Amino acid sequence: MSYDAWIIVTGSLVGITCAMIGCFLVLRKMAMLADAISHTVLLGIVGGYLVSRSLDGPALLIGAVVVGLLTALLVQVLNGKGVQADAAIGIVFTSLFAVGVVLLSLFAGNIHLDVDHALMGEITFIPWDTVEMYGMELGPKAVWLLSFVFIVNLLIIIFFYKEFKISSFDPEMAVAIGIPVLFIHYLQMGMLSITTVASFDSVGAILVVAMLIVPASTAYLLTDKLLNMLFISAGIGVFAAVSGYYVATLLNVSIAGAMASSTGVLFAIAFLFSPKHGIIAKKRAQKNLRKAANAPTMTM
Amino acid sequence: MLEPILVQLQNPNTQWVLLGTMLLGITSGVVGSFTLLRKQSLIGDAMAHAALPGVCIAFLLYGSKSLLWFLIGAAIAALISSFIIQVIINHSRIKEDSALGIIISVFFGFGIVLLTYIQHNGSGNQSGLDDFIFGQAASMVAADVQLITIISLIILVITAIFYKEFKLLTFDPQFAKGLGIPVSFFNGLLLLLIVCSVVIGLQTVGVILMAAMLITPAISARYWTDKLSHMIIISGLIGGLSGIAGTLLSTIMKGMATGPLIIIAATFMFLISLIFAPNRGLLAKALKQLSLRKKTSVDQVFLSIYDIAEGGTLRGIKDEAILKKRNVPLRLFQYSKNELNKKGFIQKEANNTWMLTDKGIEAGYELVLQQRLFEMYLMHEMEFAHLDLKTRDDLNLQHISKDTKEHLLKLLRTHNRSPLLIPRSASVRNRRLMV
Repeated sequence: MSYDAWIIVTGSLVGITCAMIGCFLVLRKMAMLADAISHTVLLGIVGGYLVSRSLDGPALLIGAVVVGLLTALLVQVLNGKGVQADAAIGIVFTSLFAVGVVLLSLFAGNIHLDVDHALMGEITFIPWDTVEMYGMELGPKAVWLLSFVFIVNLLIIIFFYKEFKISSFDPEMAVAIGIPVLFIHYLQMGMLSITTVASFDSVGAILVVAMLIVPASTAYLLTDKLLNMLFISAGIGVFAAVSGYYVATLLNVSIAGAMASSTGVLFAIAFLFSPKHGIIAKKRAQKNLRKAANAPTMTM
Repeated sequence: MLEPILVQLQNPNTQWVLLGTMLLGITSGVVGSFTLLRKQSLIGDAMAHAALPGVCIAFLLYGSKSLLWFLIGAAIAALISSFIIQVIINHSRIKEDSALGIIISVFFGFGIVLLTYIQHNGSGNQSGLDDFIFGQAASMVAADVQLITIISLIILVITAIFYKEFKLLTFDPQFAKGLGIPVSFFNGLLLLLIVCSVVIGLQTVGVILMAAMLITPAISARYWTDKLSHMIIISGLIGGLSGIAGTLLSTIMKGMATGPLIIIAATFMFLISLIFAPNRGLLAKALKQLSLRKKTSVDQVFLSIYDIAEGGTLRGIKDEAILKKRNVPLRLFQYSKNELNKKGFIQKEANNTWMLTDKGIEAGYELVLQQRLFEMYLMHEMEFAHLDLKTRDDLNLQHISKDTKEHLLKLLRTHNRSPLLIPRSASVRNRRLMV
């Protein structure tokens, strides 16, 4: 496959994988926790590198999942100790991220991992970092990793679809009918962490947050059904990745940044023109209502 | 460790930078107290991220580096972002957290696009724009610090002048409205103060970690006090100290961004507050819990001994019998017996058994009466709803009306729960009233 195609495939995989888990985050009002985890994963990656001394292999993934779960856990613990939820998220993610940045510049300064890279990603280099087996080129590493994470997430969602659905829409009922809500919560946080770290290397923390939250929110404006929301948000993720890539090459700017901006544009369009929840539809409905109220009532 | 710091302190440039970070810490600590209490902590995060495209656009328009124009651009972008967040929350089904996440990621992504556009296409000196992501205090010059100082002072003065209004707005916006305070004007003013403190932090702390400057000192201060005025002062102090500590650390550690170090210093102070603060700290809470557990177990053991003695055996009370009545962990049981013995309520007998003393009967009577009356209250809670008791200690016989007391005592007799071991000191008249 050509160079462009690999980048688009990578971006689309990020878009689909993030959008799927993002739907549950948006529905469960945990978008800021996703933001927090996508920042703290940096610490996990640095920690994984410092332990294993290599940028390949499972150490980085494990480190990221551990720190991701740790973030969710710390937020919950601080919240339980009386720190309000938003402040708890703010403290945990800034401190863990700061520790990650400091460790990175202290111990890992000379490796290919740097902070700008972590933020913006290096999607342009993805196609050259390939997997080779028996002399055959099997495509970029990132694509393999992302496909793996995508399939794991997909299987988990299919397997736990009912549980995820109920605990997203009606947590009290989920508890009442015996769904292990806490387990589901940490399962989702684990999925979020591996999704983040798999996407991290190619697109950076910021685009991960954008891809997690914005397509899912956009889909939330367009439909009322969870299944549709999952498909629509995945579609929006892919579309944003493709359009972002072409805009970025046209203007010679950061691909990850352009993809994030493109999700924003799609959200703005949905926000204005969504047939049911958009501003214009709402205004029109209000106008019709007013007209109906002002219309002369029929005489009996 | 100390020597390089002292050397650095002589350097006029370091002195400027220190002044800048200290003022930044104080200002964001003060403003952060309000945002924390108004549950707007993460808005600061969104504003800081949103400031990046503002800085870039200011650079594109102005054509070269100028802190003043950067700050103006950042402030406008931050205001726009907070406006859009409000619009999204008010006019769609999107909740606050998603709205914040959308703004953070999209604005920051757009900022990165502009940053790379400037790097690839821009002419002239664009280096230093990256510093806004993580902050680089060392790159500040005297003029920058003067600007930061002026803005900080303006923020602090405005906060001091309108302290009363902000306080009302934070704790009881409805009441403030009722008093005729222009609520929306002060909301806007406070938002402007947040924007200004975010903006002056961009160069030293950077957009990603700026949120912590608003949150961490304020939440740490919250542990030490319940008064807003004290909280603001403590929060300012913690912010200023973290600014100084972070800057000093970054001057002796070459090549380290200042922002993360300031945040780590602030987080360290938060952890100290979380653990060691009086009353609200974890240690104080644990100690309080421990002493409560001790007191409860002493009461439990005492009640059991009284119950046994009531059955007619003042002497020869065995450990097993006491534990059988109400089980208490063994360590606490030992402690309780010692404690009761020390007070002279019980006495040890030769064969490792216990007897209830006269003094013990006196104190035990009070305790048991209160306990059983409380049980009556719990059994007939609907009839005594006006008492609204939570625990046994809330029940104070001196403070409840005579009728209620009579009613409770009557119930006690009906259920055959009147304490039978009456202390000798009680007079005949008193006895009748008590039982």
